[in-house]
Amino acid sequence: MMSVGALAGLSLGSISCSQVEVEDFLQKHFREMSAEEKKQVIKRLEAKYLKKYGKKFNISTQEPEAGILWGYGLDIARCIGCRKCVYGCVNENNQSRKNPQLQWIRVVRQKKGSMINLENAEHYYNPETVPEPGYQYTPVQCQHCENPPCVRVCPVKATWKEPDGIVVVDYNWCIGCRYCIAACPYKGRVFNWAEPNIPVAELNTEVHYLGNRPRMKNVVEKCTFCIQRVRQGRYPACVEACPTGTRKFGNLLDPTSEIRYLIENKRTLRLKEDLNTESKFYYFFSA
Amino acid sequence: MRKILLWLSLMATGMVIGVAAPVLAANQHQEYAVGSPPFTEGIFPCSNCHAGLEVNAKRRELKDEHTTIKLHHAEQERWCLDCHNAANRDKLKLADGESIDFTESYRLCGQCHGNIYKDWKAGVHGKRVGYFKGGKRTYFLCVNCHNPHDPKFKPIKPLPPPIRPELNNGR
Repeated sequence: MMSVGALAGLSLGSISCSQVEVEDFLQKHFREMSAEEKKQVIKRLEAKYLKKYGKKFNISTQEPEAGILWGYGLDIARCIGCRKCVYGCVNENNQSRKNPQLQWIRVVRQKKGSMINLENAEHYYNPETVPEPGYQYTPVQCQHCENPPCVRVCPVKATWKEPDGIVVVDYNWCIGCRYCIAACPYKGRVFNWAEPNIPVAELNTEVHYLGNRPRMKNVVEKCTFCIQRVRQGRYPACVEACPTGTRKFGNLLDPTSEIRYLIENKRTLRLKEDLNTESKFYYFFSA
Repeated sequence: MRKILLWLSLMATGMVIGVAAPVLAANQHQEYAVGSPPFTEGIFPCSNCHAGLEVNAKRRELKDEHTTIKLHHAEQERWCLDCHNAANRDKLKLADGESIDFTESYRLCGQCHGNIYKDWKAGVHGKRVGYFKGGKRTYFLCVNCHNPHDPKFKPIKPLPPPIRPELNNGR
């Protein structure tokens, strides 16, 4: 499967185009599709995935619910830097495993006492065991800003903020310019420099159109708070993968939610607050 | 005199309510859908072996059974039967003597770790999985993550670091 941009380039070189490729090329922006058009697109995509992977995919276009604004909580005092969230996310969200290897969560190791100075932080640490004495760990992923710089710079509006606060990408509309990657202050986005590479046996076939469906070469991807799970009321995969209960998730508009409890009762911070991104990813200290 | 009687009866009512409230609170504990306690295979029910054994509350080295348990959890202050119920071996017991199931062990832990218990009930300490909408989420018990006899987390091996970009272009 190719992105619109790649296909446009290709069509200049070779005139022959299959029916599916033509339909791909003429596909509308997701937000401009009618319910019927969405159904057609999903049908075509499912047929395409079946042919490509030999697996039946279930592609959801589930809409956001009113009265929900998702927020995330991460307990800095508890993270031990084990990266279980990273691989839980990779498996759930069909990220390319190698050549290229894409990951939506980056666990940053910092020297104790160097919380703010990220110049001395690193994410390639690989000791025998974690946590290591003298270090602390801060996982970073898309912060789902209320004021997302990545959305503002996209020249084709292929990325936007959903009404429930999730920042999503329409992979079929992305032209691969990577302006959003340059604009994101959190390194929350990654790029498919090559055709994604996922063992068929490891594919997750329960997907959302705006989330974990298999991507193609030349498009940007990022954390979606597991849109395919949270819109069904399930916790994101990283929350369930964490062995220390570091990760919390909930509805910022619900006063009884876990996320509201921790914001009201704990000390919290958001990364790079001074940039006015209004991130919805709250780091907190449990003790 | 009648005034005093009235006052006394009011007091008595108040006391009844006062007694009733903790009972209600105790029932509220039932609302947490918890996983199963991490028993070693074949070890439960404890009464299978303990029914015929004499109760020995003395602090000692356990040589015949439970030899892998090394108590490292305020071991100077407590011994087995401070938490395990000698009167009913298949239950735990609270400090006030109340007998509770192993699935309610968080109440036992909460006796000392009050702040953590409060956070756990709110869903901010510990781990929950499943559907947070519709009440189908499962609370992990304290003991699902912490060994009650040795609760401190042990270091673990991290999963592999990401591949450096110069080796990861895929081109």
